[in-house]
Amino acid sequence: MSEEVKKMIIDYVKKEYLEEDSAMEINEDTKLISSGIVDSFSMVSLKMFLEKKFSIKISDDKATPEAFDSANNIIHLLKEYTTI
Amino acid sequence: MSNIGSYEEKYTSFHWKQAEDELQYGKNGMYNIGYYCSDYLCEKGFGNKQALIWEGFTGEVKNFTYDDLRIFSNTIAKFLQDNEVNVGDRVCLFMDKIPELYIGFIGILKMGGIAQPLFSAFGEEALFTRLDDAKTKVIITQKKHLGKVRRIKDKLPGLTKIIVVDADQSSLQTNEIHFWMEKTEQVDNFDIVKADPEMPSVLHYTSGTTGKPKGAQHVHASIIAQYITSKWVLDLRLDDVYWCTADPGWVTGTSYGIIGPWVCGVTQVILDAGFGTEKWYAFIQKNKVTMWYSAPTAIRMLMKEGLDVVKKYDLSSLRHLASVGEPLNAEAVIWSEKAFGRPFYDTYWQTETGAIVITNFPGLKIKPGSMGKPFPGITATVLNPKTFEPITTAGTVGLIALKPGWPSMMRAYWDNKETYDSKFKNGWYVCGDRSSIDDDGYFWFVGRDDDVINTAGHLVGPFEIESALIEHEAVAEAAAIGKPDPVNMEVVKAFIALKPGFEKNDDLELGIINFIRKRLSPLAMPQEVEFVPSLPKTRSGKIMRRLLRAQEWGEEIGDISTLEND
Repeated sequence: MSEEVKKMIIDYVKKEYLEEDSAMEINEDTKLISSGIVDSFSMVSLKMFLEKKFSIKISDDKATPEAFDSANNIIHLLKEYTTI
Repeated sequence: MSNIGSYEEKYTSFHWKQAEDELQYGKNGMYNIGYYCSDYLCEKGFGNKQALIWEGFTGEVKNFTYDDLRIFSNTIAKFLQDNEVNVGDRVCLFMDKIPELYIGFIGILKMGGIAQPLFSAFGEEALFTRLDDAKTKVIITQKKHLGKVRRIKDKLPGLTKIIVVDADQSSLQTNEIHFWMEKTEQVDNFDIVKADPEMPSVLHYTSGTTGKPKGAQHVHASIIAQYITSKWVLDLRLDDVYWCTADPGWVTGTSYGIIGPWVCGVTQVILDAGFGTEKWYAFIQKNKVTMWYSAPTAIRMLMKEGLDVVKKYDLSSLRHLASVGEPLNAEAVIWSEKAFGRPFYDTYWQTETGAIVITNFPGLKIKPGSMGKPFPGITATVLNPKTFEPITTAGTVGLIALKPGWPSMMRAYWDNKETYDSKFKNGWYVCGDRSSIDDDGYFWFVGRDDDVINTAGHLVGPFEIESALIEHEAVAEAAAIGKPDPVNMEVVKAFIALKPGFEKNDDLELGIINFIRKRLSPLAMPQEVEFVPSLPKTRSGKIMRRLLRAQEWGEEIGDISTLEND
């Protein structure tokens, strides 16, 4: 299940935050926030995507740049809210 | 002892001519900012001193001395000349915070071009609007942002060249040229355009309530104010290691992220990486940063992480902290004293003022939550909003206004004289912000005097967001306002009436949010969408944004006699 969610997150990041013709490879460890792929403002839209997808509400104190900095980190965060 | 010494003494005795003389501004007929930020320092014997220590998100580090800065900026200036860029042409810098952005800025000024830095997170619509308005001739960018430029270039007939700093020529198209700053043959001697003090230098775009963003045009003489404010407010000294966290796509990032530190001859450090609390503290520790200029939003994000994480790092090198972009709340001032052993000094200014105008000063008592006092050489007041006469009663809220004439004041809005003229009332430049002044002469910020949204220290125009929203296939009409936010001060909230055939749902809401993020910028992206059957309008059909804002902020709705009756 985690693998499917990881893929879903990576696909979403590629679709929404990378240029269409970007050759950048993204994997589960790719830095998303600290690399600038997803800036701290855009992190809000990634958070919304996850909240809507999993019908959860991620609290502000958990929604840190570090928690969103890779697909693996996001999985770790989601596990606090849901069984994936 | 701070550089400024006694504020009261300086405020009564200072004249801008003193700063000019100290800087030797106009020496040998030279007025060019590019010279004063590079060659001038080399002539003073600082050629081997570190000017820039840059770190990328992967940890890669690059070092540039003042002599490197001189030579690389010469190289860029010559490259632009060779590509038919002439004095007065607008050259856009559309890059992340990489060395080519900072050094390119100096290079453009050296050859007499007008530097037009734009935030690299801008989407194609925001980029197009600003390039189209300025009739920009050349854009310097990175491979990662080239797609956005390519999608709009055919609509920009004046854009003759696209310079890409990190791509091979083989991957580029017609009118795209590669330029590798560090691999191109270096230019040791360049005939810097001496410039006139009033020659245009920088064009920074800023948002208003109505209409398109406006290009605030600055001149080379702005360096006089940027120099002396860096010295007296940021308290920069030759042995400082200075970190300004602002992006040069915004005015703080050029006035105090390029010009101020370099004309003062300090070593500045740049971190080209997204925000991260521990990353930032580690960066300060590693580089032994002594002076840190940041923003309230960033400070509040650090506050969220608490004091324990601060203790993991040795931040004892810090000796002075300052903040800009939005009012610094008293809690943040008090927290920084606990966290770093010293307060953040709030500074107030705006794109149009080019330099700090009202501020807290080292050595002057801070009243937490106050903006501080006017900089020496600046006459500031608050005006009655109806008569535009100065208010003399302490504690009464009015419009912040400045007597025109300081060196870094904008000289025009690009190709928009009418709006420029409208900023002046009764002999005062009106900033568009409201505040009061207390018995001791301290200014206390209250809020904007218009509908412009201040999010994380950046002004976002509601009109630009609304115009983009109604381009979405599902949106019939839209209004954008700022809603209160504990970290960013305000974030964008959109009210949307859908076209027949569309129904509100999570996917549509997220789709609209991402639509704006990509077309305009992450800052303009609504963080909340409220779907409504229709928007409140005046009888003449104008959306009553004021009403929506008052409801959101829990304020008095005021006069609604012009509200349309449905």
